[in-house]
Amino acid sequence: MSVGVLEAMSLVVRREMRLAFRRPDQLLQPLVFFLIVTTLFPLSLSPELSLLRDMAPGVLWVAALLSSLLSLETLFKGDAEDGTLEQLTLSAQPLVAIVIAKTIAHWLLSGAALVLMSPLVATALAIPVGAFPTMLASLALGTLTLSWLGAIGAGLTVGLRRGSVLLSLIVLPLAMPLLIFGASATDRAIGGEGSAGALYFLAALCVFTCTLAPFAAAAALRITLE
Amino acid sequence: MHRDFWAMGGYAFFVWPSIGLAIGVLIWNILSARRHHARALVRARRALAMARSETT
Amino acid sequence: MWTWFYKLASPPHAYRSAAAMAPWFLAAAAVMIVYGLVDGLVFAPPDYQQGDAFRIVYVHAPSAWLSLFAYTTMAVAGGIALIWRIKVGYAVAAAAAPIGASFTLAALATGSLWGRPMWGTYWAWDPRLTSELILLFLYFGVISLRQAFEDPARGDRAAALLGLVGVVNVPIVHFSVYWWNSLHQGGTVMRLGKPHMAPSMLWPLLAMLFGFMCFFGAVLCMRVRGEILDRERQSAWVRELVGA
Repeated sequence: MSVGVLEAMSLVVRREMRLAFRRPDQLLQPLVFFLIVTTLFPLSLSPELSLLRDMAPGVLWVAALLSSLLSLETLFKGDAEDGTLEQLTLSAQPLVAIVIAKTIAHWLLSGAALVLMSPLVATALAIPVGAFPTMLASLALGTLTLSWLGAIGAGLTVGLRRGSVLLSLIVLPLAMPLLIFGASATDRAIGGEGSAGALYFLAALCVFTCTLAPFAAAAALRITLE
Repeated sequence: MHRDFWAMGGYAFFVWPSIGLAIGVLIWNILSARRHHARALVRARRALAMARSETT
Repeated sequence: MWTWFYKLASPPHAYRSAAAMAPWFLAAAAVMIVYGLVDGLVFAPPDYQQGDAFRIVYVHAPSAWLSLFAYTTMAVAGGIALIWRIKVGYAVAAAAAPIGASFTLAALATGSLWGRPMWGTYWAWDPRLTSELILLFLYFGVISLRQAFEDPARGDRAAALLGLVGVVNVPIVHFSVYWWNSLHQGGTVMRLGKPHMAPSMLWPLLAMLFGFMCFFGAVLCMRVRGEILDRERQSAWVRELVGA
């Protein structure tokens, strides 16, 4: 029985979703982490809303980066441990397609969920509603790019015992442009300035990593699994 | 003239540590490269000794 | 040309030629660095704006230049090794990483010592300083990834891949950092007018740059020998070498 590439990819995506919804605690933990980290800032800095509004884009973005990192570790780990990944690499489908499918599924489960929850956090941080569209767009593009970068990092560290710290060490420096442009887009939207430039740049970064990162991540998996 | 040179126009506190630090990094690189090679030789000898003891 | 390339790719040959090249590089580096330091520190006139503090440039700029050059060397050597499966490439990449990291640290430290009298602070979130700091993080990532694998061959390949990913990302990081800072603060940061530098200041700087490059060549050769030995420990030629 032969299956087309797209069909195989959608099968992998659906499998990932079904597995994730069977373990909802793993799905919720990064989101709760996101909430807790954003709560830390008003407590440690000041509950004053005007001050919070100035800090909000940075707080939101740092929390989003950290909580996405948290879920990245599991991107390939479970499948590598029980041998599923080896079976997938042996299948007739190209490894790149499987990496793409798994990363998209990971983004739907972590990044997209985080984007959906961000208005809640944004309200608590006194971000005006007018800035929400920009904030949502920048977070969506940024978390997707981060998922791609993270797929490379997760591929490189999948077989390692102490991989999670190393994963952050590898991925965070690469993710700094995301932080810069994402936070500045949100910041400008809050100030009522045009944020299109930063958003375009985020979109360009996203397209760039979407095209190159799957190959790098597939190569990384071949190195660590063979 | 001599005192002027060491004073670096009042910036001695910044100029001389910088130069010293850079020279320190150069020296560290040479020493660490030599030590690295010496240790690799020791490891290679040990590997050879182990291989010999296994065959005999 | 190609026979030369293939010869160099054979570990015993690379091991011997590295030993032969290192002293020449080192001698050239010593001559140029001594000339550059003497001319730069003693004979070059003080800068009309920065006074004698500008002399830090003679160690700062070569270190910063070398930090990027070593990273590129590491990535290219790793890439060659990955694509053509050349073991010596991994040895070169592994040897270049700690050297590059040490010069990144030197560039950061001398930059901060230069910043104190010029900007009034040891650390400013200046784009150059920030991107240099990120470069240091990238070095740490590559070095610790290589060490994290129990199987050295696997660590080599993983580190080479990360180096390549980083080299694609370094320009993006660099320019985004520039863009970021230009958003928040204007041109308050003083810059050295490089094209307008007087020849009496420029010659020692060029000598230092080339001197540091030669120095890099020398320590790379020395370090590569150790890396090759480690990778070839079980081979006949190494046994012959250490057994004799």
